Amino acid sequence: MTQDGELRAAVAAGVLGSEQAHAALLQSIVEVARAIFGAQAASIFLLDEDADELVFEAVAGEGERELVGRRFPSGTGVAGWVLVTRQPLALDDLGKDRRFARDAAESTGYVPKALMAVPLLHDERALGVLEVLDPPAGSPFGLEEMELLGLFAGQAAIALDLLQRARRAKAVLDGGDDALAAVARLTATLAGREDDAGLRLLAALEAVLAQK
Amino acid sequence: MSGRAYPAWSLRRERAQAIAIDREPAEAVTWEWALGGATGDGVSVCILDSGIEAGHPLVGEVASAVAVSLDGEEIRVDEDREGDACGHGTACAGIVRAVAPGAALHSVRVLGAGSTGSGEVLLAGLRYAVEQGFDVVNMSLSTTRRRFVEVLHELADTAYFRRTVLVASAHNMPVESFPWRFSSVLSVGSHDLPDPLAWYANPEPPVEFFARGVDVEVAWLGGGSLRCTGNSFATPHLAAICALVLSKHRELAPFQLKSVLYQTAANVGGGQ
Repeated sequence: MTQDGELRAAVAAGVLGSEQAHAALLQSIVEVARAIFGAQAASIFLLDEDADELVFEAVAGEGERELVGRRFPSGTGVAGWVLVTRQPLALDDLGKDRRFARDAAESTGYVPKALMAVPLLHDERALGVLEVLDPPAGSPFGLEEMELLGLFAGQAAIALDLLQRARRAKAVLDGGDDALAAVARLTATLAGREDDAGLRLLAALEAVLAQK
Repeated sequence: MSGRAYPAWSLRRERAQAIAIDREPAEAVTWEWALGGATGDGVSVCILDSGIEAGHPLVGEVASAVAVSLDGEEIRVDEDREGDACGHGTACAGIVRAVAPGAALHSVRVLGAGSTGSGEVLLAGLRYAVEQGFDVVNMSLSTTRRRFVEVLHELADTAYFRRTVLVASAHNMPVESFPWRFSSVLSVGSHDLPDPLAWYANPEPPVEFFARGVDVEVAWLGGGSLRCTGNSFATPHLAAICALVLSKHRELAPFQLKSVLYQTAANVGGGQ
């Protein structure tokens, strides 16, 4: 990100709220997805570009407690292909496939019979993947479900984008004593105040500086 | 025309007769005319994907296989000895084999090494496939990176003029992705009928055709199979149908093939 971009992100962080709020938004999305599809579980994976890994960012249902934070290489698994092909897909009869069952059991401890996965795309970037596991018995995922999940993916991608911005902004806010961080910290402090004393002070300071 | 040292950018009247093209007499373009009895024999289909598992019973012989990779700044194209790491390419190859059993399958692996550099690798793989002169290239993938669009567009046009048909998965998400949006490729979405030889022309592009993409039994790693849904699996159905038509009508350029597919689509009156 450019310096200007970092500054804007940092300033935005004061206004946009905490990482916890964004994580709660992601959690809400997977819970609603799980409920709408009557699924056993739903999860959101975030792509960590630096490590080239996918990270469980939010999980509803099976694995909810232990999976968040777990990582695997971005090119592997069903989530990996959805990410690299940019194509949503659904798979059925997974339990029959021994290789899949073994891999799934090793990575998540849970072997779904069916799953549907969609890439989370925001602007030009693939940010992660949304997966829904095991619909009610006898109702495999079809075109309608894929389209509905696609709509959800739009929402989830926006939430993931906000989360990433908040994290970058926090990194700037936490980062050292340079002028940019100082301005960002000041902005966040001002945004947190209930009165406008700080803003009036800033306006006065700006006027003084403008006079030279 | 052959042996000309310069491109045919103009036509002098005395040469008009010299470029007369032999073609079959104009007759009704029916489904039977287009692909009845065809097997895809003599047509090459390239699967630009994650590789193909060698020796899979639902895939059979793979005529050639290369892997494209990024080594620092340098693109490498090596013989592929690893096959398919994730199963996506094997699934696509199995569909082509089932629908067009006589077609020669070629694999260009551009997926599977993680997401870093995947755009560059995809472009290099497509360039390789076009240079090889494959008749049909299956692309069950796309990129959302706009910086690749110009080169991708040029490659798609080059393929179009060299009579390599690019068949690309559309996607129904609220973002722009490529190359399926280009008019020089055939773009494919899914219908949910169980007929592998049924395709529909979409009167509302940019998605041009719908082919079977729901609950498809596909080849899977380890010699197995799995039921899958998605445009990734509709695309090789249409790629195989292209191979069938081309095996009967080698003379068809991509724009003619597209026109034949339109006229013989199930919803245009030329269906079975």
